[in-house]
Amino acid sequence: MVDVAITEPAGAREAAPEHAPVQIPEFDIVPRVGLVLAGIVIAGVIVAIAANSRWPLDFFHVAGGAAWTIIDLFLGFVLGPIMGSMTVPARIEFITKLMPKMLVIMPTVVTATLAAGWQLATKLGANLTSYPHHSWVVASFIVVGVMSVIALGLLEPANIAVLVELKKRRPNPAVIERLMKRFIYAAGILGAMQIATLVIMTKIASS
Amino acid sequence: MTERRPPPVTELGMASLALIVAGGIYLSSHIPNHVPLTPAVVLLAASVALLITNLVLLARVGEFDWPRFFQVGKWSLLAYTVIGGMIEYVFLRNHLKGGPLVVLTLSVAVFSVHVPILVGFTVARFYNPEESAAGSAIG
Repeated sequence: MVDVAITEPAGAREAAPEHAPVQIPEFDIVPRVGLVLAGIVIAGVIVAIAANSRWPLDFFHVAGGAAWTIIDLFLGFVLGPIMGSMTVPARIEFITKLMPKMLVIMPTVVTATLAAGWQLATKLGANLTSYPHHSWVVASFIVVGVMSVIALGLLEPANIAVLVELKKRRPNPAVIERLMKRFIYAAGILGAMQIATLVIMTKIASS
Repeated sequence: MTERRPPPVTELGMASLALIVAGGIYLSSHIPNHVPLTPAVVLLAASVALLITNLVLLARVGEFDWPRFFQVGKWSLLAYTVIGGMIEYVFLRNHLKGGPLVVLTLSVAVFSVHVPILVGFTVARFYNPEESAAGSAIG
């Protein structure tokens, strides 16, 4: 455990004395079990692409895409506001449990979804200009491209940085607050963009 | 916290990623038609220029937590090399060749290098000399 003096939000001051040290639970920045599971998923995607078989490609694209969409929406619009209203000790404990898992889950889910999706589109001819709904497919490229830039440039670095900060002997509360704000706002933007993904994908699937 | 004005590494990095994403979308949205490579090459060149600019800016930062930058950066590089390898595998699996393969491979290389730089920078920019002198709980 690490003790850190941290500034309480206004609403939490009754619950704990001001400047009370907050205990930071022990945690791994990258959970090793998660890495093993991620490796299994990635190996499965490679096999699916090599086999170029419809069902496994559909499975990884649909299951991965569903997980990606739901996690972004849930994090941006449900968990984010909840975290903002938590007391600092609760928020710290929640962060140390959530963020290491996110660090492994999100890159794995995104890689599986996109790699399987591209292979599936190639197999079905959905990425050809002759495809009837080609403009919708290109729209999905653009949405995913914008989401990737936000996720890779803002969200993922903030995720790692907040965990590294919490691992320091004396974590800086201001830095953690700043990085968590960046993480939650980025997640909110990605959640909103996932709605566009849902519109595009359901349009393509139903046509 | 020792918060100096850091160089705009994140902003430039995101712009660099946006350029290669735009190039990738340009190429992939014209399959299987032959399209001029020039726009994609220009976007890639601009992206590489931003990567180089970022490296120069980083090299000129005075007080910076370089050990932490490299500690986080090397593991991120490993992770994004695996992801980049996946993307490259899909290209090769679908018999992509010639100019588009070169442009997209270089784009993947820029992506695989620039993202770890962004991660390492975000972690290391909050440099605290006291923390550094005392050591930290991070291996």
